[in-house]
Amino acid sequence: MAEVEETLKRIQSQKGVQGVVIANSEGIPIRSTLDNSSTVQYTGLIHQLLLKARSTVRDIDPQNDLTFLRVRSKKNEIMIAPDKDYFLIVIQNPSD
Amino acid sequence: MEIVHVYSRLRSEFGRACLLSDRVTELSLDLLPDPSLGAQFILRTPRDQASQARCDMSEHQVNTERFETESRGVNHTEGGWPKDVDPNEMEQTIRFRKKVEKDEGFMNSIPQLGSMMAHCIQQNNSLDIYQEYFTDEDEDESAEPPSAKTINVFRDPNKVKRTVTSLSWHPDGGRKLAGAYSCLHFQTSHSNMCEDSYIWDIENPNLPELTLKPVSPLICIEYNPKEPHTLVGGTYSGQIAYWDTRRGSQPVELSSVEHSHRDPVYKIMWLQSKTGLDAFSASTDGQVLWWDVRKLSEPTERLVLDPSREGNLEQALGAICLEYEPTMPTKFMVGTEQGVVLSCNRKAKTPAEKIVCSYEGHHGPVHALHRNPFFPKYFLTAGDWAACIWSEDIRDSAIMWTRYQMSYLTDACWSPVRPSVFFTSKMDGVLDVWDVLFKQNDPSLSLKVCDEPLYCLRVQDSGQMVACGSEGGSATLLEFCSGLSSLQKNDKSLLAAMFEREAKREKILEARQREQRLKERSRSEQSNTGQGAGDCIDAHDVQQLIARAEEDFYSVVEAEKRRREEPLQDKDAIKEVNGGKVMQ
Repeated sequence: MAEVEETLKRIQSQKGVQGVVIANSEGIPIRSTLDNSSTVQYTGLIHQLLLKARSTVRDIDPQNDLTFLRVRSKKNEIMIAPDKDYFLIVIQNPSD
Repeated sequence: MEIVHVYSRLRSEFGRACLLSDRVTELSLDLLPDPSLGAQFILRTPRDQASQARCDMSEHQVNTERFETESRGVNHTEGGWPKDVDPNEMEQTIRFRKKVEKDEGFMNSIPQLGSMMAHCIQQNNSLDIYQEYFTDEDEDESAEPPSAKTINVFRDPNKVKRTVTSLSWHPDGGRKLAGAYSCLHFQTSHSNMCEDSYIWDIENPNLPELTLKPVSPLICIEYNPKEPHTLVGGTYSGQIAYWDTRRGSQPVELSSVEHSHRDPVYKIMWLQSKTGLDAFSASTDGQVLWWDVRKLSEPTERLVLDPSREGNLEQALGAICLEYEPTMPTKFMVGTEQGVVLSCNRKAKTPAEKIVCSYEGHHGPVHALHRNPFFPKYFLTAGDWAACIWSEDIRDSAIMWTRYQMSYLTDACWSPVRPSVFFTSKMDGVLDVWDVLFKQNDPSLSLKVCDEPLYCLRVQDSGQMVACGSEGGSATLLEFCSGLSSLQKNDKSLLAAMFEREAKREKILEARQREQRLKERSRSEQSNTGQGAGDCIDAHDVQQLIARAEEDFYSVVEAEKRRREEPLQDKDAIKEVNGGKVMQ
């Protein structure tokens, strides 16, 4: 429990991080530092993107698997770290 | 019948080499055709059967019906919660979350994910991994050939398609395009031809953003550069209408029929004034009228384009296009149906002085007139089959001109970003891009936009997008490559040098012509008096010519007389013979 908190705090304190969301494999947000509506929006959309990305990688090579997903946009970068049961979403503004 | 030839040899001689020798040809067998055998067969007319060793292929084309799509937003709601948890109940959701957080898997996987994430975050923070290298280096534009692509086509939604006679870009950023639709063929007006004109949002080609409903089809339309919500348009009936897009489709003001033009208004332009509400219009009835759009019942000023400067409407030249530069508010130019460009001054003291000078050079109506935005002293005209560039100082001829093209030119304009580039549209549906610094004989880029004639052309202020309108009612939006729409380093200086050189050439030619004319005039005056202090030789030559002419004249007359006398002589001869016979 404490480890989880510590991890979250460490990530949150990094430069440029705008928000952190932890969600489970069904797309339910467990922890979040954003407001509810944004959380729901991010989780819903990213969950679908994650499933699609993972299935793409697996379709091309069944022995391969998705380890990390980065979506870079004009304003910020959304990083998604997937796991078997949960996934971690971080929105960062690369400040350079 | 068996054909058998028997020959016998000694056995020991078998296998010996044959000794061949020539023989006289003799007919062994002659089989003649037997027509009776033909009855056993059926005659088939010759047929062609091509054969090729390849597999059969077939071509199919499918065109689907147009599918109408609509953009809508999606409302995100919460979901994915297990059956026993109600998402609206805060307690239940919190309880669920707490339960998940206590799970073993959760506590193990999150730190792992966290460390992966931290690595990426720190990577981002330390270095921009998507950095663009070599951004400062100038891209070499000249290496790639110029190109353009069609972005959108805006079609006339009505069944009866009308020509797009004029286009105008919205002054703020050019996100909207106003098009004037009308039918310019002489005296054709379908009973169910719609009179509307449209304003299009360039992102949406399916439905016009606003419909403008004038009383008679619009020939020309212009956005007010100072007030982007207002537009002014000239109609087929000669009236001027003023719209405010915030107030709907009907014109806010309409000029009265008695005081307007008597012919379709071909061009209307906004003026630079304190109120920002002045415009002037031109029509083929020979008048240029000035209007204040707040009070369109009567024009504020009137000018009759009479080249003899008498204000006589009968002799006036019909105007087709206007040119006005906001930096020179008192001067303007008019292009006429007769191929003459008139330069006028609005602030002249007497009406006779309003028309300053004229430039003649086109064989047909001058459809377009545009000053170069970087060098206002030089202007471009398009008419008949060529486009010409003129210098204001030189009245006799253009300083530069294109070759005669295969079809009629309908419109032309300079690019607002590159001083040496101009665009022309032609009756065969081709849009040409000319770059005078690159190539002068041919256009740098020639695009076939559509099969119908192109009637008008407008460049957006960014210089990269061009809208052109065709006879079939479709306005096409084209985007050009950056090579044609970004200012190169030496453009301005090179173009200035080129214009000066051409202008100087014309001046020299003009001076030489003037000198020759003076010489001719003086020569003819001297030959009239017969004796000259100067060139006696010339006078003598003239005398000789006269003498020779006289000789020729008299010899011809003599020959003719002789010819006439001959038949008479022949007649006399016949009479004598007859007489002789009669005598006998």
